[in-house]
Amino acid sequence: MNWPSPSRFSFRVFRVWQRNFEIYRQNWKISFLPPLVEPMLYILAFGLGLAVMVGEIPLGERLVPYTTFIAPALVSVAIMYNSFFETTYNSFVRMYYQKTFDALLATPLNLEEIILGEILWAATKSVIAATLMGVVISLFGLFEFPGALLLVPLAVLGGLLFASIGMICTALVPGIEMFNLPIFLGITPMFLFSGTFFPLQNLPGWAQGVAQLLPLTHLVALVRGCALQLWSGWYWLSLLYLAVAVAILLPLAIALMVRRIIH
Amino acid sequence: MNDTGPVTILQANDLRKAYGRIQAVDGLSFAVQKGECFGLLGPNGAGKTTTIQMLYGYTPRDSGELRLFDLDIDRDIRTIKRRIGICQQEDSLDPDLSVRLNLVGYARYFSISRAEAARRADELLKFFALEGRADDNVRILSGGLKRRLMLARALVNRPDLLILDEPTTGLDPQSRQLLWERLAELKEQGLTILLTTHYMEEAARLCDRLVIVDHGHILVEGNPAALVRERVGHSVLEIAEPDDAVRAFLQAEQCKVEDLGKRLLVHLDDGDDLFLRLTREVRAEGCTLRPASLEDLFLKLTGRELRE
Repeated sequence: MNWPSPSRFSFRVFRVWQRNFEIYRQNWKISFLPPLVEPMLYILAFGLGLAVMVGEIPLGERLVPYTTFIAPALVSVAIMYNSFFETTYNSFVRMYYQKTFDALLATPLNLEEIILGEILWAATKSVIAATLMGVVISLFGLFEFPGALLLVPLAVLGGLLFASIGMICTALVPGIEMFNLPIFLGITPMFLFSGTFFPLQNLPGWAQGVAQLLPLTHLVALVRGCALQLWSGWYWLSLLYLAVAVAILLPLAIALMVRRIIH
Repeated sequence: MNDTGPVTILQANDLRKAYGRIQAVDGLSFAVQKGECFGLLGPNGAGKTTTIQMLYGYTPRDSGELRLFDLDIDRDIRTIKRRIGICQQEDSLDPDLSVRLNLVGYARYFSISRAEAARRADELLKFFALEGRADDNVRILSGGLKRRLMLARALVNRPDLLILDEPTTGLDPQSRQLLWERLAELKEQGLTILLTTHYMEEAARLCDRLVIVDHGHILVEGNPAALVRERVGHSVLEIAEPDDAVRAFLQAEQCKVEDLGKRLLVHLDDGDDLFLRLTREVRAEGCTLRPASLEDLFLKLTGRELRE
């Protein structure tokens, strides 16, 4: 396996992104619905149904209502889902069933550019979803500005990270049904145990340690910190974690895909 | 290179590629000249597709040299890929896009402007009789239409070399005839074509020169009609259900007989004299005389046993 060399990449990466964007645009009315409707459902269910039983959650030096506590987590989860599912199921379908990568390889594009284009597109989907959700949640008055504007760059970073993780899965699974494995071993536990629906402090000590290894934990912490304007020095460490993870996993995803396809 | 001599578009020297212990391509060398249609023939698994995939960097070679337009493929693959059009064996059309957008979108990968892409798409849709379906979704197209669109897409960058990997496999006779007509027309316009096929009729009709490949290496190379004349003969006498009298007659005449049990094939070099005597003197029923074909040559060289 070879680490991708920067000389392999050109502006053509954008052409791959463009292809996916145009197809997304064809169906934008349907694509826009989930990020708009989902947060409303969650806020209704948790805000009306659960919040009254839970009461207020201590966050830094403040006490926040439960709905306020989970709203940033919903955005973080959407960032993870949108990019991860794009580079797993959707990329796999394009690679294996639709032979899209074969078709693109017959043009001046190379495979490294195709994969990077796919990852950038998946991250874009995260940004679109986070933005739409952010707008809806802001209408409920649950985010604070200008801090919440930082969700856009965070969605880029988180999107790149989960897109890379998804692409690594795509490079390794023998068939599309095998995606169940990383989902129930990785994605679902992260959805539940990354400080999303309850504070990590409620977990036993060892589990808190494990949670600190999960990428979603750091994304949730950052998104919550920015959206609620709770500043803390720890956020720099979370940011460093995400940046380093992207710097390692993104080139790794490209290298593994090249190994899978070109032989 | 002088002005009158042939211009080499593609030069392959000693290409090799192994998958595990299987030598898919085993020392393949050939050259394609400007303006000709060159055929790469062989049974399934002969290494045709692997060779084609080497031409656009999909399959790396183990060894050997590959030059297109006098450029080295390892150094100038992008420049090379801008100048070739590839029609792969499997359908790789974009099912999320309409017929027209498949062409326009593909042109973008070659950095062709949108206006120019639209112009070329219209031109190609017309050439392949697809105008009526321009706005249809690709998903609902029949196999023949898809293939025509694949071919149209391979031409969107106005390639100097068109590479076709089994372009008519699985098509009905109508679609096949139409594709052959269009390919012949393109050839007339001066397009250089590299074609793989296992349809002998296709090769005989389109190819100026061809190689027959098996187990990754070349068995024979040349002009199809000349090869048939040299290697098989002028005509083939087929005898169904041969009896002892027939066998005795052929033995006495010292013919080259290929015995298939229930059928005998006799390769004849000239005239129909033997056929006339056989049908007059021994028996007429079940005896047919037909011109020797590329298929005779192909089977003679690659054997009759089933592949795969």
